[in-house]
Amino acid sequence: MAEKKTCDLFDCGHRACGGCGAALSARLVTEAAGPETIVVASTGCMEVFSTPYPETAWKVPWIHSLFENAAAVASGIEAALKKQGRKEKVVIMAGDGATFDIGMICISGAFERGHDFTYICYDNEAYMNTGIQRSGATPYDASTTTSPAGKVSFGNKRPKKDMPAILAAHGAPYVATASIAYPADLMQKVQKAINTPGPCYVQVHAPCCTGWGFEGEQTIAIAKLAIETGLWVNFEMVDGTVTKVKKVVRKPVTEYLKTQKRFRHLFKPKLQEAEIAHIQAIADKNAEKYGIDIKVPPKKE
Amino acid sequence: MALAVGCRARPGKSRDNKTGSWRVFKPIFDHEKCSKCGMCRTLCPEGCIHENTEGVFDPDYAFCKGCGICAAECPKAAITMKQEEK
Amino acid sequence: MMEITEGSHAVAEAVRLCRPQVVSAYPITPQTHIVEALADFVANGTLDADYITVENELSALSACVGASAAGSRVYSATTSQGLMLMAEVVFNAAGMRLPIVMSIANRAMGAPLSIWNDMQDSISLRDAGWLHFYAEDNQEATDLHFLAYKVAEDPTVQLPAFVCFDGFILSHTYEPVDMLTQEQADSFLHPYNPSEKLDAKDPMSFGMYATPDYYHEFRYETNEAQNKAKAAIQKYGKEFGTLFGRDYSAFVESYRLDDAETAIVAMGSMCGTIKDAIDEMRDAGQKVGLLRIRVFRPFPIEEVAKALSHVKRVAVLDKNVSLGSRGGATAIEVRDAMYGKTIPVKGYILGLGGRDIRKKDIKEIVKLCEKGVGDQFYGLKKELI
Ligand SMILES: Cc1ncc(C[n+]2csc(CCOP(=O)(O)OP(=O)(O)O)c2C)c(N)n1
Ligand code: SF4
Ligand code: SF4
Ligand code: SF4
Ligand SMILES: [Mg+2]
Repeated sequence: MAEKKTCDLFDCGHRACGGCGAALSARLVTEAAGPETIVVASTGCMEVFSTPYPETAWKVPWIHSLFENAAAVASGIEAALKKQGRKEKVVIMAGDGATFDIGMICISGAFERGHDFTYICYDNEAYMNTGIQRSGATPYDASTTTSPAGKVSFGNKRPKKDMPAILAAHGAPYVATASIAYPADLMQKVQKAINTPGPCYVQVHAPCCTGWGFEGEQTIAIAKLAIETGLWVNFEMVDGTVTKVKKVVRKPVTEYLKTQKRFRHLFKPKLQEAEIAHIQAIADKNAEKYGIDIKVPPKKE
Repeated sequence: MALAVGCRARPGKSRDNKTGSWRVFKPIFDHEKCSKCGMCRTLCPEGCIHENTEGVFDPDYAFCKGCGICAAECPKAAITMKQEEK
Repeated sequence: MMEITEGSHAVAEAVRLCRPQVVSAYPITPQTHIVEALADFVANGTLDADYITVENELSALSACVGASAAGSRVYSATTSQGLMLMAEVVFNAAGMRLPIVMSIANRAMGAPLSIWNDMQDSISLRDAGWLHFYAEDNQEATDLHFLAYKVAEDPTVQLPAFVCFDGFILSHTYEPVDMLTQEQADSFLHPYNPSEKLDAKDPMSFGMYATPDYYHEFRYETNEAQNKAKAAIQKYGKEFGTLFGRDYSAFVESYRLDDAETAIVAMGSMCGTIKDAIDEMRDAGQKVGLLRIRVFRPFPIEEVAKALSHVKRVAVLDKNVSLGSRGGATAIEVRDAMYGKTIPVKGYILGLGGRDIRKKDIKEIVKLCEKGVGDQFYGLKKELI
């Protein structure tokens, strides 16, 4: 039998669901960051599936304190490393709930103070660890356990919070969005963030088969569809200015929505045209704001 | 084994948890079709696909959960999912 | 070197001499003078620390958790509302076994809002796993910081520590304090060099979660560390005494207790007033003495039981109340220590939210105790209820 090499800094044996986008993001981020990295985690799926004592999946130094305080813990680590003359990089890996919601104060403080760290939010668009409750990152009309679709509700009533803009407004020198569907781009962005002095932010779209309702093998395909429909935009911002966006030949949002149980109520028992139009308008607005559309010349009849 | 102070651990122990036992479908790799692009290795959430000495790729069935991402994403359709026989 | 200085400044000076590498704190009355003084030291280069001006107390202690796990000596200070905003991290730091030292300028808990002194804040977190030291005066408030680091960082202990002193009453009062020199401080407290830290050369995971297969034992181990802290306090408290003439090896201090019939038990600055009252009562022929508790966690259960074994009655004074129970936390602990003995233990809650404690109050409480009356709020204004 041929010899196998193990190089990953995020090890096998973790307990994520098969096909977990977040687990893939942990692999890609650690691979991009390299061994001279200290990872700071928040309470959530990734923390739980990777560190039941004593079975850690992390081969880099890793710390978890609480749900809401990763940015503050990272601030202290960065300060300590500076004083000790050490060169490791500090990388936070926190969920969207930890980032968009409960950690906002710690994040705002840490970004304003200008610590040299990279904050990565693996965005699975809800509180998965506690059973798929909505977060500030949950998209419009997604059904979650605290925003269920019902006789008088179409699910989550609010669009996704614009976290990258909030952190860019803090003066973050580098802010980017990425997706597990484009691993090379993701890894490049992580490296750029790590090598940019100051607090940088990378928001990684990480589909969750269990929480969104699809088969694990479709994780990458669905992440791609999010981009191809304009519901997720991959971009880079340097000093507050968008410098790079991924352009696409846009597909209608239904292509994305129909793949997931969290949007099923928009199609069954009957097609909710007004709601789908609303979501299409969100994608159109994204497309216009970031200029993602590749214009294809209309086919001649 | 005595407890570590403060619930800490060094790497390695997650490998005690053989997640291959979760598998319902098993990815079968056809090395003839493989173009050695490495996409399966990159996208496996388990990190259990490795390049072997012949430059082609194999999963470590001790950890492969059978999610099917590798098969779905292989550009050469070199991976097929087969029902696990138990 | 003797100097007349404000309590907060004496504490800040002691912290400077302990050489923390990271200071992370958020201002709150009556702790502010400490963190201002430390900021001043850093600004003037007399303290080589990274001073993180966090946006709130939860972040203050969280940053300490990160810096301590990364292997640095760290410091924070807070009180009251600030401590409660930290509460989740307080438990977390102890469970993670990080030797953070934090000063608490004790203050009442709102509501109603009060900036004045009592001990409700730190006492309310007595089950969190931190060591608790309570100072009677500014000399002790100063010295206990050196001891706290020494004990907290001892490999057999590895627990965080509160150094508590009464807000305003000590923090804002000028008293003579014999301050160590840097050389003396260094001879007692050596650089922090933990065997485990966040380090790419020896990667470890900190703060993992524990299933029911392990959690119970982790709690046991943290409690064992509290027990082991007793030996460390005795050892290093004695060493401090040998080096500098002030011995802190004892968890409790007795004052005219040997032949006392009524023992008062108390903590903190009110013990100064109690001692004065005892002197006057002694002059009047009353056999009264004091047992002052300096270390509340680990609670010196045997020492308390032994020191009180010969008295006829015990009056425990609490500047806190465990609402819905029979009284204050000290009374509850002392009663537990005295379990099985026939000596009556009566609790008195007093001095809440900055209410003055006078010698005549102490004398009045002794009278009540002699009559067997206690387990009450002392000194209530009748016209207000
Ligand atoms: C202070 C606090 N409140 C609530 C919780 C419960 N809790 C744990 S993880 C979690 C959700 C995590 O969501 P997210 O950050 O999106 O991570 P995910 O699990 O989705 O990966 C919640 C609500 C907690 N641990 N601490
Ligand atoms: S619930 Fe979602 S995020 Fe959590 S492990 Fe499963 S797939 Fe991953
Ligand atoms: S993805 Fe397919 S073609 Fe590429 S290396 Fe893997 S098996 Fe070979
Ligand atoms: S089936 Fe899933 S877990 Fe197994 S090798 Fe393929 S990608 Fe990895
Ligand atoms: Mg989430």
